[in-house]
Amino acid sequence: MAGTKWMPRWFYQLASPRWCYEFTGKLLPWCAAVAGILLVVGMVWALAFAPPDYQQGNSFRIMYIHVPSAILAQSCYMMMAIAGAIGLIWKMKVADMVAYSCAPIGASMAVIALVTGAIWGKPTWGSWWVWDARLTSMLILLFLYMGVMAMYAAMENEAMAAKAASVLALVGLVNIPIIKYSVDWWNTLHQPATFTLTEKPAMPAEMWLPLLVMVIGFYCFFAVSLMMRLRNEIIRRERRAGWVRDLIVAYPNTGKR
Amino acid sequence: MANMHTNTAEVSLFTLFGAVLKRDLLLSFRNKSDLVNPLIFFVMVATLFPLGVSPQPNFLSEVAPGVVWVAALLATLLSLDSLFRSDYEDGTLEQVILSPQPLMVVCFAKVVGHWMTTGLPLTLLSPLIGLMLFLPAEGMFGLLSSLLIGTFTLSLVGAIGAGLTVGLKRGGVLISLVVLPLYIPVLIFGSGVVEAAAMGIPYDGFLAIMGAMLALGCVLAPVAISAAVKISVSG
Repeated sequence: MAGTKWMPRWFYQLASPRWCYEFTGKLLPWCAAVAGILLVVGMVWALAFAPPDYQQGNSFRIMYIHVPSAILAQSCYMMMAIAGAIGLIWKMKVADMVAYSCAPIGASMAVIALVTGAIWGKPTWGSWWVWDARLTSMLILLFLYMGVMAMYAAMENEAMAAKAASVLALVGLVNIPIIKYSVDWWNTLHQPATFTLTEKPAMPAEMWLPLLVMVIGFYCFFAVSLMMRLRNEIIRRERRAGWVRDLIVAYPNTGKR
Repeated sequence: MANMHTNTAEVSLFTLFGAVLKRDLLLSFRNKSDLVNPLIFFVMVATLFPLGVSPQPNFLSEVAPGVVWVAALLATLLSLDSLFRSDYEDGTLEQVILSPQPLMVVCFAKVVGHWMTTGLPLTLLSPLIGLMLFLPAEGMFGLLSSLLIGTFTLSLVGAIGAGLTVGLKRGGVLISLVVLPLYIPVLIFGSGVVEAAAMGIPYDGFLAIMGAMLALGCVLAPVAISAAVKISVSG
């Protein structure tokens, strides 16, 4: 019965909370294993084997956390908005739950990117915070996440909250390029040209290969945490459905599923 | 169904737009505190800066573009909550949604009305604030033109937030959280225009970008506002 057939059906079935729960349950251990391997390999490679930077010495190694989290913070917003749009247009409950589960993950990635950026900035620029265009747009992205999360928290009716937050996420998605552009413009107007270190020099392969591993590892980690949140959310929202009750009743006998 | 159809055809979109705009303007002129409060707030916030930071004329003239713009932005934000509130509470909004007229046009008319009662007076008052903050005389026209265009964009974007939060009892803080990040581009370009104008640099390019943002807002924001209002009323 499970989706061994072909794509359309496989995708279509994801709209059913029950099917989605079972599907992600099967996918989860594999994703977790891949994420674990990639992150361990990438981290050891980045911290122990990649050559130190000729200018920044070893302090640049925080980049291997900073860059993947920054990339993920942006991708996660995109995913949240697209899932929200799918939820708005096709009224898929699972898409609403995906959007809801994306928000805190993306927000924490933005926080990680900002904090590691500050730690990196201290030895490089001599200050924790610089009103650099990239830092500022990441901060604004975090504000957008906060707004979406506040929207979810403010409404008691879950279906209504999902719709409202999806509209907000979509408006934010239209705004992100405008914000990015205006912050860049503002930055060139106000910023003295001393902080060009954010322009990354061309990196040798032994430096960017571990970065690539880390980025893919972060994506897998994102998939794992998204699926875990999503499964919790499915169980919580579908708690009145028969299959969830059966699952809860069956839980002590069959073990973890 | 046929009856409904003829009903829609009878009222042209311009008539609808005009009727909603007239009603909203009339309502806000009858209730003068809604009209005056954002203006008082605007002047008060602008007064806080010299008191809080420094009354030095050369310092103030340097920060004046940003201060006037931040004050105008906050005053607009403060006035947003009343945009749909009373219509929501007395059921008008529900009737508007049920009516066969397109909700987008109604929302757009309401936003135009909101701008005419907040953004436009703020713009007209802004030279006074500019004077108090020692903004150079060359900057005045930049201030007026950037506020004229920019406050309309602020009303459009803010109405999305107002529509989303109108169903909530305590929407005040939430609306700021939701709307403020979206206001950042307008703030950057608006104060940029004033700054450039005060320095005597040509600023028509920046003004054109603000016009582009307004055009985009006019096209896209009514869609989002009407979706937001529908979500709030259905809940």
